[in-house]
Amino acid sequence: MTDNNNLIVYCEYDEGRIADVSLELLTKGRQLASKLGVKLEAIVIGDNLDGIEKQLFPYGVDTVYKVSDKRLYPYTSNPHAAVLINLFREIKPQICLMGATCIGRDLGPRVSSCLHSGLTADCTSLEIGDHKDPKTGKEYTDLLYQIRPAFGGNIVATIVNPDCRPQMATVREGVMKKEIFDENHKGEVIELEASKYVKPEDFVVEIIDRHIEKSKINIKGAPIIVAGGYGMGSRENFDLLYQLAETLGGEVGASRAAVDAGFAEHARQIGQTGVTVRPKLYIACGISGQIQHIAGMQDSSIIISINNDPDAPINTIADFVITGNVEDIVPKLIKYYKKNSK
Amino acid sequence: MSYNIIVLAKQVPDTRNVGKDAMKEDGTINRAALPAIFNPEDLNALEQALRIKDANPGTTVTILTMGLPRAAEVIREAMYRGADAGIVLTDRVLGGADTLATSYSLARAVNKFGKYDLILGGRQAIDGDTAQVGPQIAEKLGLPQITYAEEILDITPENITVKRRLENGVETLRSPLPCVVTVNGSAAECRPRNAMRLQKYKYAASTSEKAKLSEDRQALLEKREYLNIPEWSAAYVEADPEQIGLPGSPTKVKAIENVVFTAKESRCIENNDQQIEDLIRELIANHTIG
Repeated sequence: MTDNNNLIVYCEYDEGRIADVSLELLTKGRQLASKLGVKLEAIVIGDNLDGIEKQLFPYGVDTVYKVSDKRLYPYTSNPHAAVLINLFREIKPQICLMGATCIGRDLGPRVSSCLHSGLTADCTSLEIGDHKDPKTGKEYTDLLYQIRPAFGGNIVATIVNPDCRPQMATVREGVMKKEIFDENHKGEVIELEASKYVKPEDFVVEIIDRHIEKSKINIKGAPIIVAGGYGMGSRENFDLLYQLAETLGGEVGASRAAVDAGFAEHARQIGQTGVTVRPKLYIACGISGQIQHIAGMQDSSIIISINNDPDAPINTIADFVITGNVEDIVPKLIKYYKKNSK
Repeated sequence: MSYNIIVLAKQVPDTRNVGKDAMKEDGTINRAALPAIFNPEDLNALEQALRIKDANPGTTVTILTMGLPRAAEVIREAMYRGADAGIVLTDRVLGGADTLATSYSLARAVNKFGKYDLILGGRQAIDGDTAQVGPQIAEKLGLPQITYAEEILDITPENITVKRRLENGVETLRSPLPCVVTVNGSAAECRPRNAMRLQKYKYAASTSEKAKLSEDRQALLEKREYLNIPEWSAAYVEADPEQIGLPGSPTKVKAIENVVFTAKESRCIENNDQQIEDLIRELIANHTIG
């Protein structure tokens, strides 16, 4: 077994491919590990893991732990948690990173609870830095700064775990940049015996069915909404809005006039007769801003209005007004988001 | 068959109305200064519990909440919608807890509660968005967990079958009881208040609320046991002082930066590449997107 105090990334994989979010975390993890002067380690838990390390080494991984057992794929909570808990007791990593995915956000808390280590969810930035406890005056060097928005995005907090190890954090996909460290980098592979880490009684929850299914429309909970009005002109022109929403990780909404005209389904209607929404960002495209529409979205944190008419009523409640053609402006938003987002 | 169900609910600050006084100097939240609401996904969890109760007469639904004494408000709200009883875990020494100290405290309260078949709760609370307390309680109690639940498909005295929603698909899981299930916002909305229940429970009061009531109303609570909302302290649930509140929290808030948008005056962005790129950069920099 290797030495202690390293940085480890829990790597998700599906159908033989390591998830992008895990590769992004390895990229970040490599920078942090180099700064700390420790090894970057990765753990993959599942089945049929032959050669999986080839996908990991180019990201600068020094040690790949593989735990292979047909009962470990697909993911279930307790067995994967048991592997991490027992392994971490052995190798004592100082930092553990995982994706803020359905898996990472299910697994991380369970592991952190058992090890009594701190866990910070959905970090948007990770840095190494020092800390002085304001009460005791005790000084700590080289802690992981876990930086995340909190309180509905109204604040950004920097969290530290001064005394407990590992310092654990989850990060959403797309937040960190994925970058090859060295195509020729090679590390060590350590195969772990599943039965040494997982007990039969850990396989307590049974998967009965698993299939791909598109989500129902859920504009109410969407943090970002791209909404179209009658000014969009046609159902086809709404495609642009779907592209923008997908790029930003949001949903498409519509005004009543657009729904009545058949440009969008009723489930997307925002306003008094539709759904009331309060997203972080509301982009109104070709929406004039009838009062019943405004009633359903005026509490949005930030409103951008894109409209041909510089005097559209909605502009008075918008934080940003762009006067011009939607089909002109939306592609620019997509282009510059993609360019600047990583 | 009837079941004993605990629904974990949290009274949360309405994070869309955060004023300047909301943060204390130590970086924790001054909840008393904010409008408080029923955490939305906890309502989704309550609905799943009430559906089990509808289908299984004799089932009891108890709300467990940790927070300030005024969190009794969420218990009354839940009673109006169908819950049978509630407990407020409240104690100054529990304040400032991170998710780990919170889940420890709640797990102690669950142990004190006694026999239960199922623990339900929302996936996450809108003030922290961490989704950690559910799985951590499961771990502390040594129970299996099912997160991101969208619908409880079946419950028997031995098992529960749950459909859960993942990034790009759905999964159906079966777990033995008892277990912890956290419910997604995409699950069925909670039923509204029931007029009869509103009449029945409108005088429900917690221990500290009761002390401030008129003699008549106190007498009413003496007569009707179901109107009493007990308040439990850290000592009552036998919580280890080292594991609760700020001292029991491994994570510490080092710094807080405010990102509240103040200007509501519209800014005009010219329809040209430079200005649109600047806007996008600004939105990324203040964490609105990206």
